[in-house]
Amino acid sequence: MIPGPFDYHRPASVGDAIKLLADLGDEARPLAGGHSLLPMMKLRLATPAHLIDLHGIAGLKGICREGDRIAIGAMTTQAELLASNDIGEALPILHETALLIADPQVRYRGTIGGNVANGDPGNDMPALMLALDATYRLEGPNGAREVPAREFYQGAYFTALEPGEILTGVSIPVPPAGHGYAYEKLKRKVGDYATAAAGVVLTMAAGKVASCVISLTNLHETPLLASDAANAVIGTTLDDAALKAAANAARAIMQPASDARGPAEYRIHVGGIMVMRALQRAASRAK
Amino acid sequence: MNDLTPTREQREAALEGMGCRRKRVEDIRFTQGKGNYVDDVKLPGMLHGDFVRSPHAHARVKAIHTEEALKVPGVLAVITAETLKTVNLAWMPTLAGDVQMVLADGKVLFQNQEVAFVVATDRYAADDGVSKVVVDYEPLPVLVDPFKAMDPDAPVLREDLAGKTSGAHGPRKHHNHIFEWTVGDKDLTDAAFKKADVTIKEMISYHRTHPSPLETCQCVCSFDKVKGELTIWGTFQAPHVIRTVVSLIAKLPEQKIHVIAPDIGGGFGNKVGAYPGYICAAVASIVTGKPVKWVEDRIENLTATAFARDYHMTTEIAATKDGKVTGLRVHVLADHGGFDACADPSKWPAGFFNIVTGSYDFPVAHLAVDGVYTNKAPGGVAYRCSFRVTEAAYCIERAMDILAQKLGMDPAELRLKNFIKPEQFPYHSALGWEYDSGDYHTAMRKMMESVDYAGLRKEQAEKRAAFKRGETREIMGIGIGFFTEIVGAGPSKNCDILGIAMFDSCEIRLHPTGAGIARMGTKSQGQGHETTWAQIIASEIGIPADNIMVEEGNTDTAPYGLGTYGSRSTPVAGAAIAMAARKIKAKAQMIAAYKLEVHEDDLEWDIDGFRVKGLPEKAMSMKDICWAAYNSVPPGMEPGLEAVSYYDPPNMTYPFGAYLCVMDIDVDTGVYKVRRFYALDDCGTRINPMIIEGQVHGGLTEAFAIAMGQEIRYDSEGNVVTGSFMDFFMPTAVETPHWETDYTVTPSPHHPIGAKGVGESPNVGGVPAFSNAVNDAFSFLGATHIQMPHDFWRNWQAAKNLGVVAA
Ligand SMILES: Cc1cc2nc3c(=O)[nH]c(=O)nc-3n(C[C@H](O)[C@H](O)[C@H](O)COP(=O)(O)OP(=O)(O)OC[C@H]3O[C@@H](n4cnc5c(N)ncnc54)[C@H](O)[C@@H]3O)c2cc1C
Repeated sequence: MIPGPFDYHRPASVGDAIKLLADLGDEARPLAGGHSLLPMMKLRLATPAHLIDLHGIAGLKGICREGDRIAIGAMTTQAELLASNDIGEALPILHETALLIADPQVRYRGTIGGNVANGDPGNDMPALMLALDATYRLEGPNGAREVPAREFYQGAYFTALEPGEILTGVSIPVPPAGHGYAYEKLKRKVGDYATAAAGVVLTMAAGKVASCVISLTNLHETPLLASDAANAVIGTTLDDAALKAAANAARAIMQPASDARGPAEYRIHVGGIMVMRALQRAASRAK
Repeated sequence: MNDLTPTREQREAALEGMGCRRKRVEDIRFTQGKGNYVDDVKLPGMLHGDFVRSPHAHARVKAIHTEEALKVPGVLAVITAETLKTVNLAWMPTLAGDVQMVLADGKVLFQNQEVAFVVATDRYAADDGVSKVVVDYEPLPVLVDPFKAMDPDAPVLREDLAGKTSGAHGPRKHHNHIFEWTVGDKDLTDAAFKKADVTIKEMISYHRTHPSPLETCQCVCSFDKVKGELTIWGTFQAPHVIRTVVSLIAKLPEQKIHVIAPDIGGGFGNKVGAYPGYICAAVASIVTGKPVKWVEDRIENLTATAFARDYHMTTEIAATKDGKVTGLRVHVLADHGGFDACADPSKWPAGFFNIVTGSYDFPVAHLAVDGVYTNKAPGGVAYRCSFRVTEAAYCIERAMDILAQKLGMDPAELRLKNFIKPEQFPYHSALGWEYDSGDYHTAMRKMMESVDYAGLRKEQAEKRAAFKRGETREIMGIGIGFFTEIVGAGPSKNCDILGIAMFDSCEIRLHPTGAGIARMGTKSQGQGHETTWAQIIASEIGIPADNIMVEEGNTDTAPYGLGTYGSRSTPVAGAAIAMAARKIKAKAQMIAAYKLEVHEDDLEWDIDGFRVKGLPEKAMSMKDICWAAYNSVPPGMEPGLEAVSYYDPPNMTYPFGAYLCVMDIDVDTGVYKVRRFYALDDCGTRINPMIIEGQVHGGLTEAFAIAMGQEIRYDSEGNVVTGSFMDFFMPTAVETPHWETDYTVTPSPHHPIGAKGVGESPNVGGVPAFSNAVNDAFSFLGATHIQMPHDFWRNWQAAKNLGVVAA
């Protein structure tokens, strides 16, 4: 539980951080809230020789509304998301989810950028970003680019981030007014990652589902967008048959590992239950 | 008398004696971060040690390469078994009569076994050194399942025992067999089963878990070469025993060993035995001439220092068709891991498991326990229980429910029918114990009334019907746990540790101004001894508890005692306190008689001093007697007012209680909610009700954790898969249910103040109540016994096996 030796750097600008990463190469890792990286370092599962702390960079923090999108700086903490009225009004699902992440101590340090860049299938924010169709801003030695969240995740801890790139912000289209949302997360206790979780954003019209997106956490090596499951409920009243069809379509794409949370079979089963419950709760909130 | 003269009630209250909800005095420092724990000990030039541990569960160690580690800046030494052999310490004796490797000697027997000890100038350098030690292993076949331990072709784990056909507890039947222990009358029991109308048989497992105290095991060893003295600060539940063990194995004179247990952050049985870390730190200090600190991390604590339980209990009850039990037969397969390092009284290889007849009047019983070696960490300690009593209570309480189900009887009714009756005490159990006192029927009925037991059963029947109609996916369980503990080890006639009788001790020294100090052979790890011990003295000799300082844990100043575990402190040391106090009181009476110029027999005790019978205004307070003891004692009497008592208890004490748990389980996810938990405890005389409630809350929380998910689980290769708090269930306040506490008082007839001990009861009674609730919830669907732990996925699995969730 003692990390190996490392050098600590605290650049003052994104440019400096990118330059450090380029100069130091593979041995360097950005450090955000540290609540995923430091535990790995304490177990010596990660042994970066250089930590590039992003806390000294002004401008990486903050939440602002830009037309029909919300832009969130990478270094914005979960606690800051929770304190933001803009988020509460435009993206209430982010509040609901942030509250299900770990405990207040972790939320005071842990950042949205770290959470979505980490690439751990257990992180909750990535699935939301898929559901909300967010884009990430990546800045690196070759300039800046925007990558849709839906194209970012390639495998456990493998993402579209190129060597030397930093994720500087997240931009999320504001869902339509009156949308229904829910994030259902089954976990063993406070501070645990999801055994299975499902996020839903939908709209209803005349008692029927008009649009729907479903995404899944910790049920595969990447977060999943469950499109077939969503299609199974569009146009329905969310009757029993539709809910079951959605659950089964979602289950068909799940491939969780067996772990201390339960065997894969269980996690797939409850994954489907989370989908049904999230759909019902989202529908009950839609106006 | 004028208005300023305190009333009798005021005088009584000023003492804050027994029965008072006195606030815990130690919390003043604990809540302000001013406790002094082992890791707070920082000595000049102190070095730090850390272990290289085996990634394999069973492997031969071919070579250990230390050269690269020794090149790491700050690393001073790497100790291996070869180093230890030069001082004859590569192996150490265990409390259970076995021997254990200190560092891997030729092979490793469990994952994370200690292989080498790296000593460095700081903790970081030590860990850097650890990462540079290269060990060549040759993996061997791994034995994880205790039921396969005695297969003819099972791998040989303990090559050091080759050819030894008997061990510390008699004959060994197989190369992986440790002992067989039998109690009771086999023939009579077999006969009872032959005659029985009804029998049940079930293999009831109590899984492997871990005490996991907040503070892990740790020590600082400092050897003074000039004086030839070794000082050890450590997280020791039994400091004197540690001193004696160190003296015996290190061949150091006992007076030259100073063992100091400072504040301890929880023990729960984890800190009774001796660990390789202590030996290595001591040897490292002797080798380097510098103090050496060793502090375990959480993963090391969970995976290498003493686990608890891992008992597999095949249980049979014989009964008449109207529900009277006529016989009990239990066979236990006990998984001890790679070494037998249980911390039981030496003659008791399965602890007091023969309390397994529980609170019931079994005319005959027979018990056999087979201990086996497997490739798992050693231990088997009493995690918040008296030796193996949690296992026994779980076994019988689960079995009684299974019998009730088979008979179609209500489990409460079955218990009431079979309880030992109040007039049967002192009661001699079929497996050899003499229960001191009890009134089980009253406790049970009080519980049933308090929770409206009949109402709960009615609600459950309605819910079950609704479930069958498909109107709900939730099932409701009602779990009873009625337990009898056996604590206060123990009488010298049957209890010793390495030959030392399990008495305990107290030395009280009063000062001239009416204050004093009490020094004890026990050691608090959070139980609040500094508060409660002073309360006993206050009631016994009339000095306010606030004026009594309690000191524990320093073997140079404390009288010899066997320490704190197994709820033994109040039954044994609590009695020693009263006896020492009474010696003081007797001398005080002589002094008072002399000063008041009356005969001793003319005096009577009155709250906080003596008064002349019939002349209440002629009195002398203890405060004044203290003063007189130092300046005007009767001619011929020695001055001073102090006493010491070493108390050898005539019997154990038998606390009991009636617990009830109401739980709802969602069959689709296995998620449970504890709706209600009621705990009635009878621990005899109650010293501090607030501390009792605190102990009950803590013990129930641990019971909840164990029953509902806490587990040390191994995969088939012997890898621990629950080695951190991410996977080892440690409930937070959010998960912890609300606890309702209640009590009855049945004093112990043989204990000087009638107290029985309570710290462990809630863990003993809590686990069966939770598990019975889960089993009760599923019983109407056809389940008879579902093994613990009852975490979400296993509840779902149970529902699935019963066909109530779609595959
Ligand atoms: C006890 C505990 C429980 C937890 N439970 C949950 C949970 O239930 N759900 C959940 O989602 N999370 C959970 N977490 C993780 C937590 O949310 C982390 O804070 C989060 O995963 C990472 O964010 P961070 O800011 O701490 O990043 P860090 O730990 O600092 O970094 C994580 C990784 O991302 C990289 N990185 C960080 N920022 C950037 C960036 N801007 N650009 C490029 N790369 C970057 C780092 O190099 C590192 O590889 C838990 C953590 C703990 C300790």
